[in-house]
Parts: sequence; structure tokens; C-alpha cells
Amino acid sequence: MRAYLGIDVGSVSTNIVVLHEEGEVLASLYIRTRGRPLEAILSGLAEVYGLIPPDTDICGAGSTGSGRYLAGVMIGADVIKNEITAHAVAASMYVPGVQAVLEIGGQDSKIIIMRSGIVTDFAMNTVCAAGTGSFLDQQASRLNIPITDFGELALSSAVPVRIAGRCTVFAESDMIHKQQMGYKLHDIINGLCEALVRNYLNNVGKGKEILSPVVFQGGVAANAGIKAAFERALKLPIIIPRHFGVMGAIGAAQLAREEVEKAGATRFKGFKVAGLPYRTSSFECGGCPNNCEIAEIYEEDKVIGRWGARCQRWDVM
Amino acid sequence: MPKVTFPRMGESYRCFKMLMNDLGNEVIIPPRPNKKTLDHGVRHSPEFACLPLKILTGTYIETCQMGAEIIVTSGGSGPCRAGLYGQLHQKILKSIGFPVDIIVFEAPKSHPIDFIRKVNRLNAGRLSYRAVWECIKRGWEKLKYLDDAEKMTHVARPREVNRGETTRVYREVLEWIDSAYTFKEIREAGEAALDTIRAVPQDSARQILKVGIVGEIYVLLEPASNLEMEETLGNLGVEVHRSMFLTGWTRDNTVKETSEHLSVKDAARPYIPLCIGGHGQETVGHTILYSKEGYDGVVQMAPFTCIPEIVARTILTRVSREHSIPVMTFFLDEQTGKAGMSTRVEAFVDLMRRKKALFKSSGARLMVN
Repeated sequence: MRAYLGIDVGSVSTNIVVLHEEGEVLASLYIRTRGRPLEAILSGLAEVYGLIPPDTDICGAGSTGSGRYLAGVMIGADVIKNEITAHAVAASMYVPGVQAVLEIGGQDSKIIIMRSGIVTDFAMNTVCAAGTGSFLDQQASRLNIPITDFGELALSSAVPVRIAGRCTVFAESDMIHKQQMGYKLHDIINGLCEALVRNYLNNVGKGKEILSPVVFQGGVAANAGIKAAFERALKLPIIIPRHFGVMGAIGAAQLAREEVEKAGATRFKGFKVAGLPYRTSSFECGGCPNNCEIAEIYEEDKVIGRWGARCQRWDVM
Repeated sequence: MPKVTFPRMGESYRCFKMLMNDLGNEVIIPPRPNKKTLDHGVRHSPEFACLPLKILTGTYIETCQMGAEIIVTSGGSGPCRAGLYGQLHQKILKSIGFPVDIIVFEAPKSHPIDFIRKVNRLNAGRLSYRAVWECIKRGWEKLKYLDDAEKMTHVARPREVNRGETTRVYREVLEWIDSAYTFKEIREAGEAALDTIRAVPQDSARQILKVGIVGEIYVLLEPASNLEMEETLGNLGVEVHRSMFLTGWTRDNTVKETSEHLSVKDAARPYIPLCIGGHGQETVGHTILYSKEGYDGVVQMAPFTCIPEIVARTILTRVSREHSIPVMTFFLDEQTGKAGMSTRVEAFVDLMRRKKALFKSSGARLMVN
């Protein structure tokens, strides 16, 4: 059976998806990157290979996320695409006519505005991590509650508690202050969800016209408290697609499919790459005062990719 | 001979080098801003200051270490803290053991006497006024060719057949202009440079997007401060048009404003009726003009915490909607990681391409937002 592979290498998680040509997800994987994207990609590929039916024929592969170039050269991707386009493509597959995509991941959050199926505007958080999953993670572990219970706890709140949302430092000191004053935990958590949403809409969503249908995706979409806070703030229903956590990878797989249809053949190297030795190294160029930090990736003993140069000096492999 | 240096803004140093030499000074060429520059700059500047101040602090420290005794820079016009940077830099440098002289040139149209006095201070060779004027004219000629060559690369780069060739050729021809001295030599070298860039093999069938670049002058003119935005866009098949060049800025601030600058202010008037400092008004005005000229998008670049550009950015949201032109803003700081920027730039280029393709197929003008 014909299928397409999509890999989204993010700062916090690495997601891999195998998409059937009919659009159905055959296998999906959400693993932590843990600062070691190379290992995450290799172990993820090996794991996904075990999940798919043996007769699956990968006809194309795509990569996205901040580690897209690394993943792209490793697997032989047909398309290496930025996360914004990938998320927009995936959202339109599940919700045709979607007009706003809210995406909150580990280190970044973005908003994509679409009209008649094309992206007309987008924004990403620039200078602040307050509206992202990492901050929620950090607060959950400070309060010693599993992140998976966060949303349900927020929903059980009856009394709103106001938490400052502009900056993680402000938010945390507000939370501690309110907790020492004796506010209930679930009210504080709900306050945090509202603060996050307020910060997101003010910072990332500033000046954007958010119209229904609104799709909410990314790891944080698992949090029912945030979803409810969005619905209250926007006064619009929020759709969470079934595969909300791996939408970037689905988008990459879909883009690979479009690319292969144009190009005719795939460059995907096959799942065998999971068994090949890869290593990375880095050095300072020293060719000019700029002293670029060059990173290289080796497959066996051959350099297959280089990054970080500001000129063409290192372009030839 | 007094040892003179000045801020580095793109390739303009080639012109100032010649001019300062002619006036009888030894020139310390400021190095291209790099990691060391940033380290010095961040360490010795106020934390909340903007990137241009920090880069200049770093550059001055590097040139002082190379023996510079006099620093020549320009003041600001309008309410922007850059107008105070010369004085601030003098204090910073003195406090860390570099008692150099900083000569701040204000716009001659508002400070004519001050201008002449400062030219005299730099006239170490005691040239006659007439001879000084000749030197300035030659420097101006060189600056014009440097700007024209750069403009030419903006057109050639997105269309080049061999990736990177435009940049390589550009590096080479800059040296020709650099070594030219007399009027005749400068013209010959300049024309040869333009012809050579024009001759870079081009793929005329390629679909090219056109993007206008607006924002604060320093981050616009020094590629090292904006993560080489123009080159990045060029490599993605985008022809850029930068709204600001040193020659244009100088024209507007020496004698009287050019008609081009006046129409920019006119365009901005419904949104910003007065000068708000820096280039806030120009940013808005140029964006509107780019939309009228059929550009596919606009990129705004500004130093993080730059008030005039923050005001402009907020207004650009409305301008973008009312003039249906996509606008993307980059606030630049000491970050050197390019990943975040290239993600946004690629997505922005995708957005413009898809919009253009749809516009072509439907034949109707698409309303953004």
C-alpha cells in the first residue's frame, strides 16, 4: 500500500507520521527530542517501522520543524518545509475552509490566518516563551501534578484567579503569591490557562482577525483548560483535530506527496537509515572575522550536510 | 597623521576611507561586525540600548584597540535616542580607557556652521575649501556606484542560474571600485562593475517575487546586523527593493528633501502626520508606496526596543489590511541563530507565492485578512 512519511523535529518533541495515500494516518509517533535530534530521529524511525504493515511502500518523505534540515538530509526528504506551511496544510486536510490555526508547541506558538485555503497572514511568538508548552510543563512539575491532569483540574475551577501572563517570571511570582494566600490549586491553574491565552492573543494574535472555523493544534491542544479558555476569550467554538499533536508531520507528509506527484520519484533512502551510523561535529571556520560556527553531519564517513556558514565556502560537501 | 575611524554600514566604508585619506588622515578601517564586536558591545553598553548602539560600541572598541584617535559619526534627526549616541559613546569609551575624540556630524541643512567647523577639524592636510569640495564630490561619486552595484545585485541574485554567483561577482567588483581614485577611474570601475553584475547568467523564466524592505537605517544598511536578510530573500527567488540607501538618505538631509522623500511622507500622512523619530514615518509611507507599485510584500526590520519602529509596526497592521499587502516584521537583537528567521522568511515567501498563484488563476485581486 502506498504511503508517505512526515517528520517534524521540534525543540521539545520529534513527531513521525506515516500517511496512507487516502489521507488516513497509519502510524504516528510523538517522542521527546531531549536536545538530541539525531538520536530521536533514528530511534523514532526504527519504532515507526515496527508500527506499519509490512507491505507499506513509502512513496515520499518530508520534514519540517526547527530540525528539518538535519532530518531532511538524513532520510533523503523530497520536501523540507517550514512549520507554518506544514501546519496550515495539515489543518486544511482535516477542516476544509479553516480560517484560523492556533498552534502552541513546546518552544513556540504561532497563529496562521487562512482564507479560501491559502495562508494570508501568520505570526510566531518572538521574544517571550510565556505562551508555550514548556512553561506549562515547568509549572506542572513545580506543583507536582502530571501535565496530563492540568486541563481537567482547570475545568473543575469555579472561582477565577487572575495571573499575570505577559512574562513567565511575572506569572510564576503571581502564582506563588496566590498559592501562599490560600487560593485553591485548581483555581490557580485555571487562572494560568486564562493568562496564557490572554498573552497569546495579545502577543502572537495581535491585530489578526480570527474567524470560525478555528483549529487548535500542537501539543498544548491536549490541555482542556486552555481550549476552554480560548473558547471563552474568542467566543467561538474551537476544533481540535484527532491528531492534534502531530499535525506538522502530517503536513510534511502531505507536502511530500504533492512534491513527488510533480517530480515523479522519491529521494527517500528507506527505513534502513535507522541502522546507519550518523554523527555530528562542529568547528569555527576562521576564514574571516565572522568566525561562523559550522556544524556538520556525517553518514558513515561521508559529510551529508553542513549548517551555520554565512557564505558559500562550505557549500560543497 | 591623525588616525581616524567611523561606523561601518555595509560597503560605504570604501568611500569614507578615501575621503578621510584625502583630507590627510590615516584611516583605521572598521572590521565587519562579528561575534567579537557584539561581545564588546554588549558588555560595555546599557542593557536596554538598541542593537545599533551596541554594535557601534563594539566597533569603536575594536578600532580603538587598533589605534584610532578620532571617531567620525553622524547625529540623528528627530526624536530618536540615536541622536545622543555620539555623546554616550564618548563617555563609555572614556570610562574604559579610550579617551578618543568623537566628531558628530549633524544634518548640514539644520547645522551649516557646525558642519563647516567639523570639516575643518578633519582637514588635517589643510586643503583649501575648493579642494575639500572636490574630495567630497569624488567620495560621493564612489558612494553612488557602491549603492548602484548593491541595487543591481538585488535584481540579479533571485534570477541567477548558479546559486551564489552574484554574491561572488559582487565581492570581486567592489574591489575595483575600491581601488579607483580619480573621477575617471571611479566612473570606469563603476560602469565595469555594473556591467559585470548584469552579465551574471540569469534564468529569465523564473517566477520572481518583489519585496520592499523598510525599517531602521542601521539594521537596513549593515547586512551583518540583519542576518543577511537581503541575500536570504534573494536566494529564495525574491527581488528586494530597499527603501533606504546612504546616498538617498544623505540627499534628503543635506540640502533639501527630494521629491521622492516628500511623496513618502505624503503617503504616510493619513497614518502618521508628523515625524515620530527614527524612520517610523518612512516605514509606513514606503509600505503604502510599495503596495501601489504592485509589490508582493514588505519586510520591516528594526532593532529590538526601537520606539519609532514599534509605533510603525502597530500601524502597519492596518496599512497591510487597507492596502492588501503582506507585511512581516523582524526585531533584531544580538541573536546570531538564523533558524527562527529562516522559518519565518520561508513561510512568508510561501504565503506570497500561493497568493500570487491564486491571484493569477482567479484573475481577481485577493483581499488579505
